Amino acid sequence: MAATKAPAARPLSPHLQIYKPTLTMTMSIVHRITGVGNYFGILLLAWWFIAAASPGSYAKFEWFAGSIIGRIILFGYTWSVIHHMLGGIRHLIWDTGRGLGPIEREWLATANLIGSIAITVLLWIFGLLAMGGPL
Amino acid sequence: MSDTPKHIRTPLSRVRGLGAAHSGTQHFWRQRLTAVANIPLTIAVIVIFIMLLGRNQAAVAQIIGSPVVAVIMLLFVISVTTHMRIGMQVVIEDYVHDEIAKFVLIMANTFFAIAIALTSIYGILKLSFGL
Repeated sequence: MAATKAPAARPLSPHLQIYKPTLTMTMSIVHRITGVGNYFGILLLAWWFIAAASPGSYAKFEWFAGSIIGRIILFGYTWSVIHHMLGGIRHLIWDTGRGLGPIEREWLATANLIGSIAITVLLWIFGLLAMGGPL
Repeated sequence: MSDTPKHIRTPLSRVRGLGAAHSGTQHFWRQRLTAVANIPLTIAVIVIFIMLLGRNQAAVAQIIGSPVVAVIMLLFVISVTTHMRIGMQVVIEDYVHDEIAKFVLIMANTFFAIAIALTSIYGILKLSFGL
């Protein structure tokens, strides 16, 4: 008889968009994004292994790694790996039930971010010096 | 008698199904196991990379092929590819709700992880055995 009506618009449970972004929330998302980045970044590692194992094609990898775009990608990959590793340590600490209080979790998130940037920059300075300069 | 179970299955028979995914906490545990392994292995691999910077192919091949470095690299590849496969599966399960697409992506994820692992292992072993 009566035509089926569209169901009344019901309120949905609140999701990301209604919350004010917080540091811990952002770091949780960044942990996942860096994980996905590392997932694809490992293609470079597999390429490097195969290139090292075939003398003729190593020059191509060296050219890529030495190019501007290659350097930017490798720098980003370094940061992504370090960030995900420090974030992982944070998660392992949480797994023991520690570090979940309001002060500790903010501290851990800040340490994660600052630590990842500092370690990445130091590694690159060290690496470039080991190579005898930025070029 | 409101708390009398409505079925005759024992708690043991229910728990043997290991939950909705039928794999219990295997993924959860393996993700943490490989996370712990990844920490020293990643640090070791970064140290090896820095040692190799600026060297030519012959020197790089010789160092990767040396027993200690090769074993560290192999452990790294196995631990990391396991970790990334589980991690990506969780991401897929979180965001892909279409059953077919989810199934296909989880398969592709497994293929990718195994392809990366075998490609890397092949390269390392080739350098080690000098074939």
